[in-house]
Amino acid sequence: MEEKEILKVDHLTKKYEDLTVLEDISFSLKKGEVVVVVGPSGCGKSTLLRCINGLEEIQDGKVSIEGKTGMVFQSYDLFPHLSVLQNLMLAPLKVQKRKKEEVQKEAEQLLERVGLLAKAKQYPRQLSGGQKQRVAIVRALIMHPEVLLFDEVTAALDPEMVREVLDVIMDLAKQDKTMLIVTHEMAFARAVADRVIFLDGGSVIEDTDPENFFGSPRTERAKRFLRTFEFESVNAS
Amino acid sequence: MGFEVLLKGKNPVRLLAGLGVALRISLISVVISILLGLIIGTLMTMKNPLIHAVSRIYLEIVRIMPQMVLLFIVFFGFTKMTGHNLSAEVSSVIVFSFWGTAEMADLVRGCLTSIPAIQYESSKALGLSRVQTYRYVIIPQIIRRLLPLSINLITRMIKTTSLIMMIGIVEVLKVGQQIIEANRKTSPHAAFGVFAAIFILYFLACWPISCLSKYLEKRWEN
Repeated sequence: MEEKEILKVDHLTKKYEDLTVLEDISFSLKKGEVVVVVGPSGCGKSTLLRCINGLEEIQDGKVSIEGKTGMVFQSYDLFPHLSVLQNLMLAPLKVQKRKKEEVQKEAEQLLERVGLLAKAKQYPRQLSGGQKQRVAIVRALIMHPEVLLFDEVTAALDPEMVREVLDVIMDLAKQDKTMLIVTHEMAFARAVADRVIFLDGGSVIEDTDPENFFGSPRTERAKRFLRTFEFESVNAS
Repeated sequence: MGFEVLLKGKNPVRLLAGLGVALRISLISVVISILLGLIIGTLMTMKNPLIHAVSRIYLEIVRIMPQMVLLFIVFFGFTKMTGHNLSAEVSSVIVFSFWGTAEMADLVRGCLTSIPAIQYESSKALGLSRVQTYRYVIIPQIIRRLLPLSINLITRMIKTTSLIMMIGIVEVLKVGQQIIEANRKTSPHAAFGVFAAIFILYFLACWPISCLSKYLEKRWEN
């Protein structure tokens, strides 16, 4: 199979006035690849995603995408005045000008796949946090993006709802969707990733496969970062 | 009990006509308040320091000043100062609009700033244009928050019109007083019956509006 580069980030630099948030970031995603971005809070992970889909201006470098991106945010991104089905159908109808019957059929199929077909007529306020995030994922999917961006989609959820959302993303990985995922769930990162990018202080510190990153991280900063999770799990038990 | 005077002569028609005057002044004022409030409230969300300062002073004046004082200033003061005679009804529409616009602008400002930034961002991420974002995402949410609150403003206007008899407008409360005065000899207890009737009239005018507001609020809560 020819491995085409779908997303290419080239020497990207992002500054807020004098503060450099991202410095000289370069990496690329091939078709079907799942890349997980990890790093301590404030390292610029979310800003990186926002730069990629154009929500933030960049000061230097280039982002090239074959096609369009779809993005799922941490929370509160469903439109509260629209039903689940209307949330899903708004952009395909208004932006892509697709036919209503076709869009509705696809919306229902996708909802069925994430186990939420019964909720199609309900409003976001009637859904749990995990259900809302699954709808948000479907809303991004139905636009047929070439790359899906996930910005800590489980960070605002109650622990018992994290799993149902991560399962949906795992399922997408099996369907060879190209995805760039920012997450704090290390076990999930290890399971889903083809590659892990470790970001610290606005720079890429490591870019490697998950076995190497989680098994034998090369840099001291990565080791220190991974140890914070061990400490948390020791503490919890 | 004094209810008998209510049906005497043209009294029922006069009371209803008085209520009509109160409703007319409130509705005209509400329409003006909503239109101006939308504009001023939107301006208030801009970060211009001058607009910010002026609107703050305006809101504070309205908040501190009793409506009755405003009515007197406009009705008596304006005539004295300019020599032009403002009718009582125009004066009350000016005062109620001045007050209502401030209330409305504050509601509009509140609604606009309460829409989370992520609503704009996720619209953009889905490819919606700026116009589409406002048309399908932002404005519908603002209307849903604003409509019940502006309807509430109508009932508050209607209630406050009881003040306008102080500048000589014959609205429902004044008609009531006239009826009581006129029947002082024959029905010395008319006050109870007349004011009870006025209470019911106010209630019938405001209650459906208040119900509509509650219904919309419940239907659109999110």
